[in-house]
Amino acid sequence: MTTTVTTHRPRPPAQPATLRAKRLPRYAAPAIAVAALLVAAGVVYGLGIGGPVLVVVLGALCYLAGLFTAANAVEGRRAARNRTWSALIHSAFVLAVLPLASVVWTLVSKGVERLDGNFFGTSMNNIGARDANGGAYHAIIGTLEQVGIATLITVPLGVLCAIYIVEYGRGRFAFAIRFFVDVMTGIPSIVTGLFVLAFWVLIVSPWFNDGRPGFSGFAAALALSVLMLPTVVRSTEEMLRLVPAPLREGAYALGVPKWKTILRVVLPTALPGIVTGIMLAIARAAGETAPVLLVAGGGAAINFNPFENNQSSLALFVYQQAGEASKYSPARAWTAALTLVALVLVLTIAAKLLARRNRLGR
Amino acid sequence: MGETPHRSAHAGTGGTRVTSGHEWPAGASARVAETSGNPRTPIGNGLGGGGGLPKARAFGAERAFRGLTLAAGAAVLVIIAAIAVFLIAKAVPALRANTEDFWTFEGWFPNDNPPKFGIGALAFGTVLTALLALLVAVPVALGIALYLTHYAPRRIGTGLGFVIDLLAAVPSVVFGLWGRDYLVGPITDLSTWLNKYFSWIPIFGDGPYGSSILLGSLVLAIMVLPIITSLSREVFLQTPTANEEAALALGATRWEMLRTAVLPYGRPGIIAAVMLGLGRALGETIALALTLGSTYAISFNVLQSGGNTIAANIANRFAEANDTGRGALIASGLVLFAITLIVNITARAIIYRRREFTESAA
Amino acid sequence: MAKRIEATNVTAYYGAFKAIENINLTVEPKTVTALIGPSGCGKSTFLRSINRMHEVLPGARVEGSLTIDDQDIYDRDVDVTAVRRMIGMVFQRPNPFPTMSIFENVVAGLRLNGIRRKSILEEAAEKALRSANLWDEVKDRLGKPGAGLSGGQQQRLCIARTIAVEPQVVLMDEPCSALDPISTLAIEDLMFQLKDKFTIVIVTHNMQQAARVSDRTAFFSIEKTGDPGRLIEYDNTQKIFSNPSVKKTEDYITGRFG
Repeated sequence: MTTTVTTHRPRPPAQPATLRAKRLPRYAAPAIAVAALLVAAGVVYGLGIGGPVLVVVLGALCYLAGLFTAANAVEGRRAARNRTWSALIHSAFVLAVLPLASVVWTLVSKGVERLDGNFFGTSMNNIGARDANGGAYHAIIGTLEQVGIATLITVPLGVLCAIYIVEYGRGRFAFAIRFFVDVMTGIPSIVTGLFVLAFWVLIVSPWFNDGRPGFSGFAAALALSVLMLPTVVRSTEEMLRLVPAPLREGAYALGVPKWKTILRVVLPTALPGIVTGIMLAIARAAGETAPVLLVAGGGAAINFNPFENNQSSLALFVYQQAGEASKYSPARAWTAALTLVALVLVLTIAAKLLARRNRLGR
Repeated sequence: MGETPHRSAHAGTGGTRVTSGHEWPAGASARVAETSGNPRTPIGNGLGGGGGLPKARAFGAERAFRGLTLAAGAAVLVIIAAIAVFLIAKAVPALRANTEDFWTFEGWFPNDNPPKFGIGALAFGTVLTALLALLVAVPVALGIALYLTHYAPRRIGTGLGFVIDLLAAVPSVVFGLWGRDYLVGPITDLSTWLNKYFSWIPIFGDGPYGSSILLGSLVLAIMVLPIITSLSREVFLQTPTANEEAALALGATRWEMLRTAVLPYGRPGIIAAVMLGLGRALGETIALALTLGSTYAISFNVLQSGGNTIAANIANRFAEANDTGRGALIASGLVLFAITLIVNITARAIIYRRREFTESAA
Repeated sequence: MAKRIEATNVTAYYGAFKAIENINLTVEPKTVTALIGPSGCGKSTFLRSINRMHEVLPGARVEGSLTIDDQDIYDRDVDVTAVRRMIGMVFQRPNPFPTMSIFENVVAGLRLNGIRRKSILEEAAEKALRSANLWDEVKDRLGKPGAGLSGGQQQRLCIARTIAVEPQVVLMDEPCSALDPISTLAIEDLMFQLKDKFTIVIVTHNMQQAARVSDRTAFFSIEKTGDPGRLIEYDNTQKIFSNPSVKKTEDYITGRFG
C-alpha cells in the first residue's frame, strides 16, 4: 500500500502550495460598480439610446463582466466564478423585489380609498354606474361559505387519501394514485370550473332545479374542492412521510393495531404540518376567481344560501368591478382586492404560526 | 452524539430527506409509550403473525379504516376521469356544430349561426405567454431562493422567505389588476424602445403597444415568481447539512458547494417547482383576461396589443355564451386540460425517474 | 504529505457561548492523535476549528492561533478553501453525496479543483478507494449510487473522498460512532495505514478505540454544563491510559466520571 503512493503522472495540483491567496481589495467591488455605471452612462447618453433605467441595466451587466475579469485575473477562476454567481444571485433578489414591492404598494395605497363601513356593510344591489357607494358584503359572505364547504369536503377526503398512499398503498394502484395526485396539482383552476359547470351546473343540478342550470355557491365550492384536494393530499402525504419510522415501529412493537397507530401516533405527530397544508390550500382557494366566475353565477345581491341561486365571491367581485365602466368601480375593485389579500394573508400567517408553535410544543 | 450544539451531529445524511424542522422530535420515544394504550390489543394486520396468536378479525376497525382510505384514494382517479368524461360530453355537440376547422380557424364566433370557432391562436397564445413567463421567472426565482437559503444572514433569510411565501398566496386577480392599471405604462415605453432598436428581431414588431403578450407574460412572470421561489426555497432548505459540510470540507467555495451538494439534491424538487409554475402559467385565467388584448391571430410580435389564451378567452367570453358557446368554451378547456396533462405527466415522469435513482440509494 | 499542527490559546464561541477556552497543543506529523472527553467538552469544536469548519455555523468564531507548518490558518489573507483542501475532514455520520455515484463521490473534490480528464480521475479514484480498503468491494459498481452502500462502506467512501484530494491532515469526527463493530474495525485498520501518509486527528467517545489507534491522546473536560471545555492532559496514549498525571484524567479513564 505504502509503496504506490509517492509518484504518479503530473496533473493539476489539488493541493495549494500555500494557504495564502491573493485577494481583490475590499474597495474593488464598489470601484468596479462605479466604473461600470459610468461606462454605461457614457454609452447610453453618448449614443442617445435611452434613459436612466437603461444605464442601470447596462451598468449591472458591465459590473458582472468587470467583476469576473478582475477576480479571474487576481484570485483565479474558482474564486471569480464564486464572486460572479454570488453577484448574480444578489441581483436576482433586487430585480424581483421591485415589481413585487410595487404590487404591494399599489394594493395598499389604492385599497384604503374605500375601506369604510359602507363597503363591508352593503352589497352591490341597486348600485348603478353613477353611485359612489356599494360594497362587497355579499361577496365576502359568498367567499366564506364557498371556501368553508370546500374545506369540509376536501379535508377528510384528502387526509384519508394521503393515509392510503403512505400507510396502506402498495404496488401499481397506490403508485397510480400518487402519480395522479401530482398530475392533479397541475390542473388549471378554470378547467375545474368547466368540469363543475358541465357536471353539476348543466347536467346534475337541473334534475332538482326544474330543468334550469343551477348556478350556486355550492357549485363553486365543488370546483374549489377539486382544486384544494391535491394540495391537501400532497402536504399531508409529505408530513406523514416525515414521521420517523421508529415512532410507528415503537407502537407496532407494543401491539397497537395499525389504524390506531396511524390515528393516535402518526397523525398527531404530523398534525401541525397537515393543518398548515390545509390552511394554505384554503388560502389559495379563497383567491380563485375563474371557477367561481363559471359556476357561481355572480350576482349583486346578498344570498346566504349557498345551495340556491347566484352567489358572488370576493375574487369574482374584484374581477367584475375591474371590468365595469363606472368611475367608482376601480376603487371598489382595489378595496375588495385588499380585503381578499388580507383574508388570504391572515389565513397563511395563522397557518405558519400554528405550525411553528406546535412544533416547539412537541 | 455531538457534545456541542453543532448541526452535523443531527443532520440527515445521504438519501433520506429530512427537513430541518422535522427531525426526530425530542421525546419521540416517550410519545409512543404515552399513546400506545393497551399493549394486548390483538394485532390486526399480521405484523407479528405466528401460531397461537389471536386471529385477525375479518371485519375489524382495521379493515374498515383501510377501506375508507382506499375509497378516498380511488376518488382521485375517479375525479380525473370524470373531468375528462364530462368535458368531452359537453364539448362534442359544440364541436359537431362547428362549421370551421377547430384546430386552425383563427376566430371565435360560437354564438353565431352557423357557429365558427378555432383553438389554434388560443393554444398558441397560451403556450407562448407561459413559456415567456417562465423564461423570465425561473432564473430569478432560483436566484432568490439561493439568496434566501445560502447567502442572506439567517434572520433576513427566514423573514424574507416568509414574505415570499405570503406573496405566493396573493390571488392572481390582484396581479392582473396591477398589471392592467400600472405596469401597462412602463411596458408601453419598453415596447417603444425595443421596437426602435431591435425591430430587426421579428418578435419586436410594430405597435400599437400596451395590452400585449409582453405585458401579459411579465405579469404572469411576476405572479409565478413567488410560487417558484417559495417551493424551491423549501427544496434548498432540505439539503442535508451533512452534505453541504462535506462539500465545504473538500475545499469548495460557496458556489461550488451549491453546485455539488445543493443543486443536484434539489433537482427533482426544482423541476417540480418549475412545472407547477408552468401549470399555473398555462392555466392562469384572470391575470391574462385583464391584461391581454384578446385577439384571435397567431403572431410572434410580442409587443403589439393583442394575444389571447385559452383560459383568458373562457373568462372573457363566458358571460355572452349560449349553449353552443358554452360547449365551445368547454371544448377549448378540454384542450387546455390536455396540454396541462401532457406537461404534467411528462414532468412527473422525469421526477419519478430521478427520484427512483436517489431513493434506491437510500 | 503530513504536517504539524500547533494550537495556541485557541478559544471558540457559538455566538455568546464559549465552547472551548485556551487550548494549547501540538499534533506531530504522521501520527494519530485522539481527542477524548465527556460529552460537551468541546473536542468536536476544537476539531472543527482546525480546518475552519467551525465558522460555517452562524455566529461561530475562533480566537487564538492555529498554525499548520508555521502558516496561521486564521490569517487574514488565507484562503479558507485552501485550508480545507489541505486539512480534510470525515464526519460522524457517513455523508456521501446522495445524487452521485460511487465514482463521482470519490472524485468530487478533484472535480472541484478543475480536473476533468477521465483517465486522471479514474486513476485517482482507484488509488483513493484502494487506500480506503474499499476498492475490492466496489470496483464492479462504481456507477451505482454511493448511498446504496452499507454504513461502514459509506464511511470508507467518505474517507476515500477526503484522501482523494491528497490532503496533509485528516480530521475524523467520531467516524465510527454510527457503525457496527466490524466496520469500526475496518476503519481502525485503515487509520493505521493512513498514518504513514497523513497526520490524523480523531475525536472519539470510545476509549478502547483511542487506546488502540492513537499515538497521542488529548483529554478534554468541562467543570460543569455551560462552562467552556479545556484541555486537561495531553500525552502519549500509553501514558494517558496507564499512568495519567492528572487525577481527573484517571477518573475519566477508569470510568469514575463522565
